Amino acid sequence: MTPKKTSPSTTPLIGTEQIALLERLSNAVAVSGAEHEVRKIVLAEIKDLADDIKVDALGNVLATKHARQEPALRVMLAAHMDEVGFMLVDGEDGLYEFATVGGIDVRQLPGKTVLVGKDHLPGVIGAKPIHHTTPDERRNAISLDNLRIDVGNENGKKVHPGDRATFATRFQQLGPSLVGKALDDRLGVVTVIELLRHAPAHIELLAAFTVQEEVGLRGARVAGYALDPQLAFALDSTPAGDLPTWDGEESPRYNTRLDGGPAIYVADQGTLSDPRLIRYLIQTAETFGIPYQIRQPGGGGTDAGAIHKQRAGIPVVSVSVPGRYAHTAALVARLDDWQHTLALMYHALEGLTPAILDQER
Amino acid sequence: MAELKDFLKSLLSLPGLSGYEDPVRAVIREAWNPLVDELSVSRIGSLHGLKKGYGDEPRPRILLSAHMDAIGMIVTGIEDGLLRFTEIGGVDARILPGQPVTVHGRRELPGYVVQPPGWLLPEDQAANKAVEMKYLFVDTGLRAAEVNELVRVGDLVSFAQAPIELTGDLLAGHSLDNRASVAAVTACLQELQHIRHIWDVWAVASVQEEETLGGAYTSPFEIRPDLAVAIDVTFARGPGSPANYTTFPLGKGVTLGWGPNIHPALYEAFKKLADRLDMPYHDDLMPRMSGTDATGIQMVAEGIPTMVLSMPIRYMHTPVEVVSLKDIARTGHLMAQFIAELPADYMQTLRWDDES
Repeated sequence: MTPKKTSPSTTPLIGTEQIALLERLSNAVAVSGAEHEVRKIVLAEIKDLADDIKVDALGNVLATKHARQEPALRVMLAAHMDEVGFMLVDGEDGLYEFATVGGIDVRQLPGKTVLVGKDHLPGVIGAKPIHHTTPDERRNAISLDNLRIDVGNENGKKVHPGDRATFATRFQQLGPSLVGKALDDRLGVVTVIELLRHAPAHIELLAAFTVQEEVGLRGARVAGYALDPQLAFALDSTPAGDLPTWDGEESPRYNTRLDGGPAIYVADQGTLSDPRLIRYLIQTAETFGIPYQIRQPGGGGTDAGAIHKQRAGIPVVSVSVPGRYAHTAALVARLDDWQHTLALMYHALEGLTPAILDQER
Repeated sequence: MAELKDFLKSLLSLPGLSGYEDPVRAVIREAWNPLVDELSVSRIGSLHGLKKGYGDEPRPRILLSAHMDAIGMIVTGIEDGLLRFTEIGGVDARILPGQPVTVHGRRELPGYVVQPPGWLLPEDQAANKAVEMKYLFVDTGLRAAEVNELVRVGDLVSFAQAPIELTGDLLAGHSLDNRASVAAVTACLQELQHIRHIWDVWAVASVQEEETLGGAYTSPFEIRPDLAVAIDVTFARGPGSPANYTTFPLGKGVTLGWGPNIHPALYEAFKKLADRLDMPYHDDLMPRMSGTDATGIQMVAEGIPTMVLSMPIRYMHTPVEVVSLKDIARTGHLMAQFIAELPADYMQTLRWDDES
């Protein structure tokens, strides 16, 4: 099918309001399994945008915006609310051992500031002074069991094993870039909120703000079942590995590139995207002159990996905003890439009809 | 204490890398201006504040030296809009990935130190290995064309981590080494406003300690003090640090240096005073050298009897160093009381054990 071209003036834009919402969401703390802070913001934002809103058994926010015309197509949009982080597991007097939640390279931890517990108490992850190290020692990474979260002995009374913590990074706009600790996947969360706001009349829009993506796509699995869509899009953030190589050689591997536009997934570790949806997204991008890139097939994954195997099968595709340094204190994404992601998804929904499911895969 | 904390936080929010101390010196100058009689800047940038004593001229002089320079980085190359860099002062590359920094280019550019994905690194930088500094970048979030316009090789990169109050007494931040000592000297000058002292007091915020000891050698030459005290930070016991003679409990008192950089009679005098003031302290044993301005000061001109006072901090040379404000206040108080009691003829009484 060919996407219908509509006037570009109808394309929703990422403006100061959307960036302000992204800032609040990126600064909020929602380590996998404890997503309440982000859930609260999402519920408040979508209150007037959806016809039916519920929080399910795992903590997913499931929102339905009914179609206003026939034939309607049931389309699921998934964005995960959770982020990688830490859980305090042992300790006292302000010094705590901690475990990582989600895929975090321990080399990103020494010397960072963190927020601990519901009250966001400030803490630091220190490191042995360089004066006490040997050159040999400095060639090895500092292992997790040699690191502690330090909140100071006085605040130790307010902190307990079991509390969650995240990097303390505050959201920033640096020139063309957006920088934050949890842009993976608060970018997707805001995108889905905007798509709810601008839902086309013929789409039964099923928005899932999912939990526990970073620890095994758990929220997406039950959300996909419950919402029972005819097809689904996962909106996420994917690594941009477009940095120079150490020896100046051209790198054949980059996953995605900043400024390359939304990244359309063909295959990742858990999903083979539905070819009809891939083709349709590419056609939509080309029709509307929206830059896009095909994410290099390989590892990694999104909520799509759980959704496509629900019930009798659900055609899926993922679309991600490229971002450098995912799962570190500071992910760097481009505002333009985000804008183009929203534009692509908006136009894709607008032109989408049940006929797509009649095509040959 | 609140005033001390606010002043220290203002110091911790400023750059001032070794050799480029102007930003921090400006703020120290402002703080010292009402506390001293004369202010001057040395040929290589150290700040000298003279608070005159009431003794007869020529009055004896004590020099209090706290280095104000900080460790950081410097740009060595630009590739596709990303910055290569090396260190100024001792920086463990392992604390850098994810670190907020400021690049001092044609304008100040915020950025982050970043670690490239493993597949862009040589094989020996695998997951369980630390990534060497030469393979890290600073990403300013700007596109290459803009970076090429705004940044040059040789531009400085300073830590941008804002100071954090962990608790009422504990402050975390970068450059507590050695801005904590600048705060201690300032506290001493404040206390001296209410004390009649015979000696001239020369407060020095020295330069280049982390690299060359440039300030430690030159300021005492210009001032020619009779006695000197180097004020610096030492190691607090904590995660990762050895539980041996080099580490001290955080917030449990000042440390008194002992070793070849230190005049033993001066050490004894400070120890006696701390005992009399019922002030907690620990001996900081420095078997070879102190790693402070004292290393330079004691050898200036014909030699200067020198003492080292330190405050323990955790995680030294990381941007999340932690200090106890109580220890800073104690250090300031100990110096002020020492100065208050210095008699005009103190130098005649300063003796080696074996001198008759």
